[in-house]
Amino acid sequence: MARIAGVDIPNDKRGEIALTYVYGIGRSRASEILERVEIDKDLRPQEWSDEQTRQIRRLIEDDYKVEGQLRTETQMNIKRLMDIGCYRGLRHRKGLPVRGQRTQTNARTRKGRKKTVPGKKQAAQKK
Amino acid sequence: MARSLRKGPYVYYKLQRKVDALNDSGKKKVVKTWSRSSMITPDFVGHTFAVHNGKQFIPVYVTENMVGHRLGEFAPTRTFRSHSMGRKDKRVKR
Repeated sequence: MARIAGVDIPNDKRGEIALTYVYGIGRSRASEILERVEIDKDLRPQEWSDEQTRQIRRLIEDDYKVEGQLRTETQMNIKRLMDIGCYRGLRHRKGLPVRGQRTQTNARTRKGRKKTVPGKKQAAQKK
Repeated sequence: MARSLRKGPYVYYKLQRKVDALNDSGKKKVVKTWSRSSMITPDFVGHTFAVHNGKQFIPVYVTENMVGHRLGEFAPTRTFRSHSMGRKDKRVKR
């Protein structure tokens, strides 16, 4: 199993896909990386030579922010919003959608699972 | 779409004038403003603005990492008074 950027150990998938197992690398970055080190995107990590693996590892280390670092950065950005008390920060604090989506219905990703409220009228007919 | 860089950040010209005056005189005074859409520029830092939220003026002390946000972001226009768990009082003021 190839080990790239700390913890991640993808294998036996096409190189382009395998790299996306790293947090911060999606399809476009994966193909960009493989292009830069000039490895065929269809080659699987097990078929890479040691030298190629090393190249990829170094490239990611030097030029991309991934995994822990990236997570920390994201968290810092959110924390900044919360600390300055702006609208977006308030929404983060409350765990509600940040970008102006509706909250009367939906927004379940941010709000979590439905909490049933006793005595709440059903929104059956048009109100 | 982002605003054209050529124009620079939007600041209501009267507000900018007041801030400039404060900076020139070195005084610190609360600036009352309705201009919620004005961008906070670096020369706002350290001043206090009373930003209108439609009803009241909310005092906003501008710090460095607020730069780039707009004044209105710091003066919420809605008050949420929690849903009552019971049946009564379902009408909630936003």
